[in-house]
Amino acid sequence: MTYAYLPHTPADRAAMLDSIGVSSMDALLSHIPKALREVRLDLPRPHAEAEIQQRLARLAARNVSASQQASFVGAGVTHRYRPAAVDQIASRSEFYTAYTPYQPEVSQGTLQAIFEFQSMICELTGMDVANASMYDGSTAVAEAALMAVRVTNRPRVLVCGSVHPEYEAVTRTYAQGPGLVIDSLPTRADATDVAAVKAALTPDTSALIVQVPGVLGTVADLAGLADVVHAAGALLVVVADPIALGVLEAPGRWGADLVVGEAQGLGNAMSLGGPHVGYMACRDAHVRQLPGRICGMSQDAEGRPCFTLTLQTREQHIRREKAASNICTNQALNALFSTIHLALLGPEGLRDVARTSALRAHHLADRLTRLPGCRLAHPESPFLSEFVLTSPVPATQLRDALLARGILAGLPLDTWWPERTHDLLIAVTEMNAPEELEALVAGIAAVVSAQGGQRSQEAVHA
Amino acid sequence: MIRFATSHEYARKEGDRYRVGITPFASEQLGDVVYVELPKVGRTYAAGEEFGVVESVKAVSSLYMPVAGTVVEVNDPVVQDPGILNSDPMDRGWMVVIETSDPSAFDALLTEEAYQAEIASH
Amino acid sequence: MPELLQPVILGEGAPGRRGVVIPEPAVAAPELAEVLPASMLRREAPALPQQSELETVRHYLRLSQLNHAIDKGFYPLGSCTMKYNPKVNEWAARLDGMANIHPYQPESQLQGALEIMHDLQQWLCAITGLERCSLQPAAGAHGELTGILMIKAYHQHRGDARRTRVLVPDSAHGTNPATAAVAGFEVVTVASDGRGLVDLADLKSKLDDRVAALMLTNPNTLGLFEEDILEIQEAVHAAGGLLYYDGANFNAILGTVRPGDMGFDVVHLNLHKTFSTPHGGGGPGSGPVVVGKALEPFLPVPIVVRDASGTYRLESDRPLTIGRVKAFFGNFGMHVRAYAYILAHGAEGLAQVSRDAVLNANYLKANLKEAFEMPHAQPCMHEFVMSGSRQKAKGCNTLLMGKRLIDFGIHPPTIYFPLIVPEAMMIEPTETESKETLDRFVTAMHTIAREVDETPEVVQQAPHTTPIKRVDEVLAARKPVLRWRP
Repeated sequence: MTYAYLPHTPADRAAMLDSIGVSSMDALLSHIPKALREVRLDLPRPHAEAEIQQRLARLAARNVSASQQASFVGAGVTHRYRPAAVDQIASRSEFYTAYTPYQPEVSQGTLQAIFEFQSMICELTGMDVANASMYDGSTAVAEAALMAVRVTNRPRVLVCGSVHPEYEAVTRTYAQGPGLVIDSLPTRADATDVAAVKAALTPDTSALIVQVPGVLGTVADLAGLADVVHAAGALLVVVADPIALGVLEAPGRWGADLVVGEAQGLGNAMSLGGPHVGYMACRDAHVRQLPGRICGMSQDAEGRPCFTLTLQTREQHIRREKAASNICTNQALNALFSTIHLALLGPEGLRDVARTSALRAHHLADRLTRLPGCRLAHPESPFLSEFVLTSPVPATQLRDALLARGILAGLPLDTWWPERTHDLLIAVTEMNAPEELEALVAGIAAVVSAQGGQRSQEAVHA
Repeated sequence: MIRFATSHEYARKEGDRYRVGITPFASEQLGDVVYVELPKVGRTYAAGEEFGVVESVKAVSSLYMPVAGTVVEVNDPVVQDPGILNSDPMDRGWMVVIETSDPSAFDALLTEEAYQAEIASH
Repeated sequence: MPELLQPVILGEGAPGRRGVVIPEPAVAAPELAEVLPASMLRREAPALPQQSELETVRHYLRLSQLNHAIDKGFYPLGSCTMKYNPKVNEWAARLDGMANIHPYQPESQLQGALEIMHDLQQWLCAITGLERCSLQPAAGAHGELTGILMIKAYHQHRGDARRTRVLVPDSAHGTNPATAAVAGFEVVTVASDGRGLVDLADLKSKLDDRVAALMLTNPNTLGLFEEDILEIQEAVHAAGGLLYYDGANFNAILGTVRPGDMGFDVVHLNLHKTFSTPHGGGGPGSGPVVVGKALEPFLPVPIVVRDASGTYRLESDRPLTIGRVKAFFGNFGMHVRAYAYILAHGAEGLAQVSRDAVLNANYLKANLKEAFEMPHAQPCMHEFVMSGSRQKAKGCNTLLMGKRLIDFGIHPPTIYFPLIVPEAMMIEPTETESKETLDRFVTAMHTIAREVDETPEVVQQAPHTTPIKRVDEVLAARKPVLRWRP
C-alpha cells in the first residue's frame, strides 16, 4: 500500500535502517513492551483521494447549508457575507502551514497580521491592549472572569442575564478549577438595571460581566455602570459583538476594564460553531495579567522596525504553574480572517454591515408584530439586529413548520429556558435580502392563521 | 557591612536598615532584565518570603527577602529602567530598603567570601 | 532610517475607499438614530484602513511572503509535529455543506456533520484504546483542562477531597503544570533519571492519598518512550490517583501503541499535530479528550450519539458532566480535516505514519551524533533532543545555530526545551519528509558545525538571508508597543 503523504519507498526505509544500524523497524521499537505493540484498530480501509472527496461530498450533502435556505438563526454565530478576497488570501499556505511565530526573522507575516488584529480590536473596543486571540467568545468570557479574579484577588463573579447561556455555562465549568462562585443577575433583556447591579455586588465580587448586544439582541445602556462596579472595587467586563461596535459606542468609553467577545462574524465561516475566534482587550495597567500571546513592535539588528511575540513570561511555556493561563495554540488563522475582513470593510463598510442588518431587523420586527397574536417579547428594550418574537404558536412548532418553505426562522428559546415555549430568537444580517424577510413574514402569517383557524374550529366544536 | 542569601539577594546594613538587591551573578544568569515587580512601601515579609520578581525575555526569577522586615523604601528608577540591574546591580540597582525585627538573622547570612565560594561551586 | 517592510495597514488609505461594498438595507425602516438612544451610538469611527480591494490583497499577500511555512520548506520544530497538511482536507472543510452550517440548526438538518463527529469520536476511541470521546476542546491545552477538571470531578464525586496535588515530570510541556494550576491543583514535580525517563523512586516517594493524577507525555519531551509505563500506571492507580496522557507526542505511537493499553484514564489528542490539521500560525487547534470507564460520566456535554434507527443526535443529559468547556461542539472544521486524514490511511496507514516518524528521527539522530552531543544514547521515538554545549563552548550557542539554519531554508528546531538538557535542540522531522530532505538537513547541520570551528562569525551574525535581521526581543519587552496608534 502506498500513501500520498508518506514519501519513503521500501528501499529508502531499508537504507535508513541500515544507516541507523538496526535490522528492522521492530528492532528500533524493541524498548517498548511487546504486549503494548500488538494492536488491531477497527478503522475504515485506506481511501484514495477521489474516494475521500466522494464520501465527504455525500456527507456535506446531508447537511442543509445557509445557501440552501433563508436562515434567521444567530445567537452567537452569524451567517454574514465573507468577501471572496478574505478566503483567497487567508488561505495561502504561507499563512496556514506556519507554526506560532516563535522565530520572528521568518514569521514577520504572521506577526504583523497579529499586530494588526490587536490594533483593530483596540480601535473597535476603545481599549489599550488586545491579545492575539482566544478560542472563542465563550472561553474569552471564562478567561476574563479568571483574569478579574487574579487582578482583584476576589473569588466571586457576577454574570448578567444578558450573557449568552453557553458563555455562562463555560465560565461555570472553568470556575470549578479554582473554586470560584458565579452569581447570576437575572436581568435578561432589560437595559442594565444599575440599582440591581449595585445590590448584587458583594465585597468578594471581582467583576460584573455584561453583554452588548445581549444574547436576546437587546442593547443595554452602559452609562453609569462602570462607576457603580468600580466603587465596589470590582472590574467591568463587557462582552461585545465587534460588528455591532461599528455603530455602538466603544465599551472603553463607558469605562470597561476588560472587553471580550466572539469575532466569527468577521470573515469566519459558521462551520457548525468552530473554529471561530475570541478576542480579549484590557487597560495598560492589567497587561501582565492578560492571557495568551501578544505581539509587539521592536527593531532588528540594523534598526529596522519589525515585530515579535513579547511579554512571554506571562505564558505557560515559561512560567509553567504560575502562568496567567494555560492557553497555548489559540485561533491565529481565524484572527487573520477577521483582520483581512476588517481591512476590506474599513470604518464605513463595518458601519454598513451593522446598519443594513439592523434596519432590516427593525423592518422585519415591524412587519411581524402586525401579525395576529405576534409581539416583541421585550418591547421596552432597544435592539440592533436580533430580537425575540413571541408568537401564538409554540416556537419550535413554528420553526419546524417553516423548514418546509426553505426558511430557518430562528432559535426557539425553550432550547435554553423550558418555560419560554412561545419565544423565537430571530437574527437578521446583510445576507437576508428583503425578499427573504417577506418570505418569513408570509410563512409565519400562514402558520399563525392556520393555527388560529384550528383554534376557532376547536372552539366551535367545544 | 554586606551579607548574601543563597538565593542571590544581598542585604547591605545601613544603620538599622537594610538595602536589598540581587547580585551581579544573579543578573548575569538572568540575562537582560526587562521587567521588575517590587512591593509597596509598608509591606512586611518573613525571611525567605517572595517579595517580587525579575524577568528577562525568556525567564522569570522570584525575589526572596534575605531577612524578615518591613519595606520602607522602593527603588522606582529600577522599575522604570530594569537595565540598571544588569549595568549596576550592587549600587544603583538596589530594590528595597527594609527595617527588620530580627537583626540577628542578618549575621546568619553568607559573608561575601562564603557567597563567592557558593557561586564558584555552581 | 529603515522602515517597516510593509506599513501597518491601519494607517493606510484615504476616506471614501473601501475593499468591499455592503448591500443597502432596501427596506422601509427608521435610521439607527431613531431606534437607539444617541448616547449608545458610536461618536468616533474606529481607525480602520480605507483601501480598495487590490491594495488590501497586496498587503496581505506580501505579508504571507515573509513567512516560513511547511509548504515552503522543512520545519523540524520539536514537539510541534509540523507534518504536511493535505489539501483535500482543506477542500472538504470548505464545502458549502460543511462551512455554512449553524450549530443551532435542528439535528435533522445536520445529519452529515453529526455522522462525521460521531465516527471521529469512535475512531479516536479505537486509536487510543479508550471508551468515550468528546470533540469539544478547542486546542491541546484546552483538552488538558477538560481532562484535569474531569479528574477533579471524579475524586470529588467519590468524596475524596484530600487529593489536591497533580504530579508532573520535570521534562513536561509548560501547559501541564499551567493546566493543573488553573484547575486549582498544587503542582508537584517528578524528577527525570539518568536515562531521561521518569525517576521511579522519586515518583513513588511522591505518591500518596493527596495525589489526584500524574500527567505524562509518552514518549516524553526528550522523544524517549517511558519504558516503565506499566509499573508507573500500577503505582499511580494503587495510590488512588489517575493517569493523564498528554497527546502532544502521539504521532510517535499512532496506530502502534494505545494509551488505553498503557493504563491511561484520559487522553487529549492534538488534531493539529497528529491528525494533520494545519497549525495556522498559532491555531486553530482541536483537542479532543478520550476517556476510560472511570471518567466517562464526567465528559463535557454534548456528545454525539447514534440511535438504533441510525439517526445521529446530540446528547446533553449526563448528570455528572463537568458541563461545557466551549460553546457549541468544538472546532468542527478541524474534525472534518481529521476525518479525511484518518480515511486516507486506515489502520495500516496510521501505523506506517508513526513508524516512518520514528524512522526519520532515528535516522537524523544517527547522522548527527558525531557532530553534536547526544545526552541520551538509546533509540528515540518521533523526535530527539541534542545539546549545543560543545558548540557553545566555541562561541556559538544553540540560538545562533538555529538562526543560521534559517539561511539554509530550514526552520530552526525547538530550542532551550526541555529545560533539563542544556543548550537543547529538539528535532522532530515527521513522517512526511523524504530521505532527500533529511539528508539536506544533515548536510546543513554539519556545515554549521564546521562553521562554528572555522568561521564562527558567520554563525554569530545569522540569519543573513532573511528580510529582517536578528530581532531585539529585549527592546520589545522593555518598551512594549502592542498596537498601532493613529
